[in-house]
Amino acid sequence: MSTKKQRRPFNKTRLKNQILNVVKNPFNLVVAVSLVVLFCLIVIPLLQMIASTFLVAKGELRRIHGAQVGDFTLYYWKYLLVGQMASATLWGPLKNSLVCGFFTVLVSVPLGSVLGWLVARTDIPCKKLLGMLVVIPYMIPSWCKSLAWLAVFRNKTSGSLGFLAGMGIPIPDWLAYGPVAIVLCMSLHYYAFSYIHVQSALRSINSELEEMGEICGASKPQILRSITIPLVLPSVLSAIVMTLSKSIGTYGVAANLGNRIGYFTLATKMKNFINGSPQNVGYAMSIILISLAALIIFANQRLIGVRKSYATIGGKGGRSTEMRLGKAKLPLMIFLVLFLFFAMVMPMFVLVMETFQISTGGGYGLNNLTLYNWIGADENLAPYYTSYKGIFYNSEFGKALFNTIRLTVIGSVITAFCGQFLGYICTRGRGKWYGSLTEQLVFVPYLMSGVAFSAMYVAMFSRPHLGGLIPSIYGTFTLIVLTSVVKHFPFASRSGTANMMQIAVELEEAAEINGAGFGKKLSRIVLPLAKNGFISGFMLTFISIAKELDLIIIMMDKRTTTMSYLAFTYSQDGMNQMADAISVCVLMFILICYIIANRFGADIGKSW
Amino acid sequence: MSRIELKHIDKYYGNNHVLRDINLVIEDGDFMTLLGPSGCGKTTTLRVVSGLEKPQNGVMTIDGEEMINADLAYYAEPSKRGLNLVFQSYALWPHMTVRENIAFGLKIQKLPKEEIASRVQEALRMMRIEEYIDRYPNELSGGQQQRVAIARAVASNPKLLLLDEPLSNLDARLRVDMRSELQRIHKELGTTIIYVTHDQVEAMTMSTKIALFKAGELSQVAAPMELYMNPIDLEAADFIGNPRINFLEGKAIYEGGKLRVRCELDSYVFDSSDMTDEEVPSGEFDCVVAIRPEQIHIFEEPGEGRIPVQVYANQPAGSETLVSLRTGNSDFLSKQIGLAQYALDQTVYVSIAPEKVNVYNAATTRLIKRAR
Repeated sequence: MSTKKQRRPFNKTRLKNQILNVVKNPFNLVVAVSLVVLFCLIVIPLLQMIASTFLVAKGELRRIHGAQVGDFTLYYWKYLLVGQMASATLWGPLKNSLVCGFFTVLVSVPLGSVLGWLVARTDIPCKKLLGMLVVIPYMIPSWCKSLAWLAVFRNKTSGSLGFLAGMGIPIPDWLAYGPVAIVLCMSLHYYAFSYIHVQSALRSINSELEEMGEICGASKPQILRSITIPLVLPSVLSAIVMTLSKSIGTYGVAANLGNRIGYFTLATKMKNFINGSPQNVGYAMSIILISLAALIIFANQRLIGVRKSYATIGGKGGRSTEMRLGKAKLPLMIFLVLFLFFAMVMPMFVLVMETFQISTGGGYGLNNLTLYNWIGADENLAPYYTSYKGIFYNSEFGKALFNTIRLTVIGSVITAFCGQFLGYICTRGRGKWYGSLTEQLVFVPYLMSGVAFSAMYVAMFSRPHLGGLIPSIYGTFTLIVLTSVVKHFPFASRSGTANMMQIAVELEEAAEINGAGFGKKLSRIVLPLAKNGFISGFMLTFISIAKELDLIIIMMDKRTTTMSYLAFTYSQDGMNQMADAISVCVLMFILICYIIANRFGADIGKSW
Repeated sequence: MSRIELKHIDKYYGNNHVLRDINLVIEDGDFMTLLGPSGCGKTTTLRVVSGLEKPQNGVMTIDGEEMINADLAYYAEPSKRGLNLVFQSYALWPHMTVRENIAFGLKIQKLPKEEIASRVQEALRMMRIEEYIDRYPNELSGGQQQRVAIARAVASNPKLLLLDEPLSNLDARLRVDMRSELQRIHKELGTTIIYVTHDQVEAMTMSTKIALFKAGELSQVAAPMELYMNPIDLEAADFIGNPRINFLEGKAIYEGGKLRVRCELDSYVFDSSDMTDEEVPSGEFDCVVAIRPEQIHIFEEPGEGRIPVQVYANQPAGSETLVSLRTGNSDFLSKQIGLAQYALDQTVYVSIAPEKVNVYNAATTRLIKRAR
């Protein structure tokens, strides 16, 4: 008996049957098509962008002597890395990015971990309510937070006063704008990563492990130090990595709070290059940004790859006894209430109130309150307020609302469908080459921050390819949809995978044996069972696209403006009340979506 | 009602050779059990038969019709093989009622409505679960789900019914009930059944034939009693039977048409008519004497052919009593029906019928002397 596969001699019938086996199975076709599509949408644009940083573009013809468009050049990389401006274009912003990222981690991870522990493991009162309140800040887009920050801390430097300055409290620039503001704003957003990670890790750890420590005679701090913390450490580490890579790539917050005083991060500087010139330098910066994020994530996988596994070990016992806080309960409650007040209630209150103010920082006296910012229709009064009509009468707002809804609906429908499909391929191809290839390809957009990712698409689609077969779609709505869809692939396919995992293969096999073909199997078995997961995945993508700013900001022009971009430009132009009013609209929209999503069992923790 | 023939089936997962040259004939109307410890390839064999797995080598025919020809890369679709499968997890579609679950395959076959209804009724009646027709699977207990899964499989009138460890998720009492239920179905339908299990009691009680698997290979195919009486090698002997068979090391010599065996317990002379076709070494060689616990009878008084041994431990369990015995350096177990009381270290006398003893070649582990 042989233990090796033998080679068979060539046989026509065999070949025919082999081909038939592949072709007759629609699943193979589906896999092939999606692999080709993923390749075209992810690998080629990335290579294209890398290539373009080495090729002379039209704009730089004059600066590079004797060069033709498309010649190989190191000009852009030299410009970026060693040129006269290198410290201003790259090293300064890079340092700023890293500093902001580092301090964001330093603030947000401990904050989120403690909150997660309090909610998951202690007898703190009103846990359910707290658990809900604590994730609300996460639903608010980070750029909205930066607007709220400005509403509170704005000072004379940007023209109109904020809430505190209006009360006569002098606000220095270092607090109102720049690194401190950016770090605090991002921390109030990204602490949710740590909160969600730590909280779910703690829930999955059987409390018997801790009780065993107690029986062995360990005190509460000892148990915490030597049992609980080591067990959740892997999730804390991955929260650190997510926070770091996300905060380095964040654009909206950094631009809102940094640009006014000339404080640039890699992401904001890059955007200036891509919308200005030389564009290819911007692409080179985007490559640096992508490499940075990839490096962080891979380092994380190397470092804790093995350890990660034990976060789920205790999954068997669902029993979890709460730790009694005793005397620490009151101070911790006060801490929580203060946190929620300052992180959520106050800024949101100020933000909302600002939309009713005639002059920001002018207090809440009746003589300073107006509905004009919302429903002011009289053009003659406009200069008295904010030089535009109220947003409900403002044609730009209408257009932006339309664009947002159009983008969100189309984008999320496509994304959710693709996600379920990709998830199906990933789960059914587990351990096979096409399954892992799909999984890896789909993961790539995750490595890229929104701005870097869209930079890649701009580089790819700003001119026609393959002799016009792929036309230039720069500046079109299609490109924005395409970008949003592909950028959300990792998330959508992850939710698709989780969804498909719940559908046991046997259910499909049973249908197969009963004579169901591929189409019947999908329509009668898989789709009905995937329905709920599909809807919640769809809602989460929907929300995520609705609040997106970073991803689409490079591609925005007058025709394609969305609400988030409109709020951003209004804020940059100093029309704060209008910007605030729009973000309040976005917030309402998102909150409603979350409530609907929750109905369908969507887990906020799984959204971005 | 069909005859299945597997010829030289090989199955690899990557470089992992999980089925090694499987040759098996399942006669029309057989209740064939594929038995073996987990990971030995029995479920894979079942999936190859069903068409859910494609083997890299070999041929399979059902009633003479080729269903697999790996040389030609020909694999008939599962639904074209005239069979049905009951999964270990039951695989009931949770979004369909019992009725819809059973009717699913029939609808795909485009049977007329009345016939579907009557077949569903018939299958439910057979499994005695008519009252649950409009329930969803999650509203049923494990045992009821099991019945629905079987009803779904038999509703399509398969020529061949495949069952993959169907009882492993049931509690002990339900298992006994379902065993008799399955026996009845086999008789009522007359269908050929292939049944996968790691539980030898299930295999012994229900099957007409057992195929014993070992690490991807087929080690023995025999009727249950034959398998119990004459396991083909030491491993099979060890696997079949509860409590385990006793092994006693010994020496054997084959001369003049007689096999002479000696072990610490006794010495025997066997006639060559009791020997298997296995080749026997010349001269004296190491052997293993295997004796089923129930073949060791204990007496308190000495008598002819009775051997004195010491009682090491005594485990009365109501319907039976297990007695651990010791002689020299050998420990062995005796099983007696009913209650028996022996003092520890008491000397008792055992008698063993020589024709019930198996002898194995210690070097090859193969059976050389059969029991009768």
